[in-house]
Amino acid sequence: MLAQQQIDPSTPTMGQNQQMSIHLENNLKVKVSDVAVYYGDKQALFGIDLDIYKNQVTALIGPSGCGKSTFLRCINRMNDTIESCRVTGSIEIDGVNISDRSVDVVELRSRIGIVFQKANPFPKSIYDNVSYGPRIHGLAKDRQHLDHIVESSLERAGLWKEVSDRLDEPGTGLSGGQQQRLCIARTIAVGPDVILMDEPCSALDPIATAKIEELMDELRQNFTIIIVTHSMQQAARVSQKTAFFHLGKLVECGETEQIFTNPQDSRTQDYITGRIG
Amino acid sequence: MTDTIDTSLSIPKNTSEIVHQGLKKRYAAEKRFRRYGVVAVCVALLGLVVLFSSILTKGYTAFYQTNIQLDITFDESVIDPKGTRKTKDLSSADYAALLKKAMRTQFPEVKTRRDKKKLYNLVSSTAVFALRAKTMADPSIIGQTHSLWLTASDDVDMLIKGHIPRELPENERRISNKEISWVDQLIEAGSLEKQFNRQFFSAGDSREPEAAGIKGAIIGSFYTLLVTLLLTFPTSVAAAIYLEEFAPKNRWTAMIEVNINNLAAVPSIVFGLLGLAIFLNVMHLPRSAPIVGGLVLALMTLPTIIIASRAALKSVPPSIRAAALGLGATRMQTVFHHVLPLAMPGIMTGTIIGMAQALGETAPLLMIGMVAFIVDVPGGPTDPSTVLPVQIFLWADAPERAFVERTSAAILVLLGFLVSMNALAIFLRKKFERHW
Repeated sequence: MLAQQQIDPSTPTMGQNQQMSIHLENNLKVKVSDVAVYYGDKQALFGIDLDIYKNQVTALIGPSGCGKSTFLRCINRMNDTIESCRVTGSIEIDGVNISDRSVDVVELRSRIGIVFQKANPFPKSIYDNVSYGPRIHGLAKDRQHLDHIVESSLERAGLWKEVSDRLDEPGTGLSGGQQQRLCIARTIAVGPDVILMDEPCSALDPIATAKIEELMDELRQNFTIIIVTHSMQQAARVSQKTAFFHLGKLVECGETEQIFTNPQDSRTQDYITGRIG
Repeated sequence: MTDTIDTSLSIPKNTSEIVHQGLKKRYAAEKRFRRYGVVAVCVALLGLVVLFSSILTKGYTAFYQTNIQLDITFDESVIDPKGTRKTKDLSSADYAALLKKAMRTQFPEVKTRRDKKKLYNLVSSTAVFALRAKTMADPSIIGQTHSLWLTASDDVDMLIKGHIPRELPENERRISNKEISWVDQLIEAGSLEKQFNRQFFSAGDSREPEAAGIKGAIIGSFYTLLVTLLLTFPTSVAAAIYLEEFAPKNRWTAMIEVNINNLAAVPSIVFGLLGLAIFLNVMHLPRSAPIVGGLVLALMTLPTIIIASRAALKSVPPSIRAAALGLGATRMQTVFHHVLPLAMPGIMTGTIIGMAQALGETAPLLMIGMVAFIVDVPGGPTDPSTVLPVQIFLWADAPERAFVERTSAAILVLLGFLVSMNALAIFLRKKFERHW
């Protein structure tokens, strides 16, 4: 919204294409340039360049072991926790390089939330799960404020109606789909700009998956979402941009519709038609 | 090439038949293995049963003690001839004379000096302390006559409990025919009884088996374990957390890990020598004191608890760490808010088992002088004291027959503590066990 207002309307000479590119330029959230990742001596990612835009869902697709999860984990520096892992190149978020000395990893992760493949609620109450992030960062002024954050996070994750009367029950007692939405609520509660999702639906049944996909579409109004998925149908359903990874390289990236209907690279063509993968 | 392979050769058609032929043998092997397992379990259980029953049958008699009832006249002319009632006079009075007089009244027929001496020996020489304690506690008792139950000597006790058989020729037993006849007279008069041995739980060690108790050893063990726990628990948990969650995996940490395992394998007596050399000779800490024992045992249990704690931390799924880190928790917050609470049952179990090990440890404590003969019950961790297993060691070494049953009884008490500690560990593990 803000970005659109910044476009000067008093320049009628500007062509439609130019306007579009400025629009995108202002909406650029994550700029990845020449990122390579090594696990020890083994190189997992090769020279990745990718632009990710605000309020869009960007899907990362590709066969198993192609490095899409590794790439996702670079964005909030979760790879720091793996000792043998080394990341080169630059990832800029809002124009700031995340591996810069001035960027603290704790602060970075509070801005870039992550939802994992397997729902991993803390073995604590639903309330404590959601309130944990705000609590450690000191986001709530008082208990009432914290209650409010918990409620609105659960509301936005579409879970409030199901759990509002049992916030004290353990989060691990929920069903798989509910647990995953609880994890999303927990991530939202911190108030991030970007949400990374690492195959969030791979362990869920179709109904739970549909709920989460629906949720993603709502969430992108407020967040930038990057999702790794094995399901091409899912990528086609939820994303606006799709990036295809193959053997550690970014093969192709573009509008989802274009990738699925008119891929430029033959490997993309082969993958989406089921010939590799 | 592959096209020419005759598939009928590589995959047999009569699989079912071949399987059927071998089936009997395969099941027989399984049955045999199961039988071995059952036998192994039975052998282990049998060992345990034999151990417990032999100790129990030998030891339970120590919980009863033969006492003799005597009418003691607290004669003022003996206890306090000057009538001052001063503590000093009361404490140095000749209480043995009261006892002797009571015995003479009970058995007026005993005349010769030698027989009298034997007669007096029916009652424990420690009975005078009971009389003194009673008088000091309440001086108004002086001048009155009271019927009191006094501890019998260990020989009488052994006779009553059947450990000295009456059928034995007189010159082969520690108690003469005459003494036996006196004992029988007392039994007939109803003034000789086996009563619950309260002294065993309320007294410290003694040279006289009938007066020896394990309270001193229990309190000594308590202080020693307290020192051990206070030192070892925070240290080993901190070490385990650092090594498991923070330390980089490099050659140094690998070396530390190997050496922790080495430390766990060091014979305990070596820790005793270390304690002797450093805590006593260099640091001049008090000898025979629980504080030194605790220090030595803390060093000994350190690797056990570190290894158990690391295993417990390792068993917490990495997804929990990822969840906390992903929300922006620092590594320390991740550990203290999530990982440690989940690992705590395992850490507690390891700690209790380490403590049980320390409670049963004898050798290193011998080296730092906790093997000394100490009568007083320790009042703090710096007082000289002994511990339960060392007390057992001391009594097992004593020549008197009555110490045999006391040794077994002390073993029972020690095993009781160990079993309840291990039960607590299992209870904690079961109660807080979490399935993922």
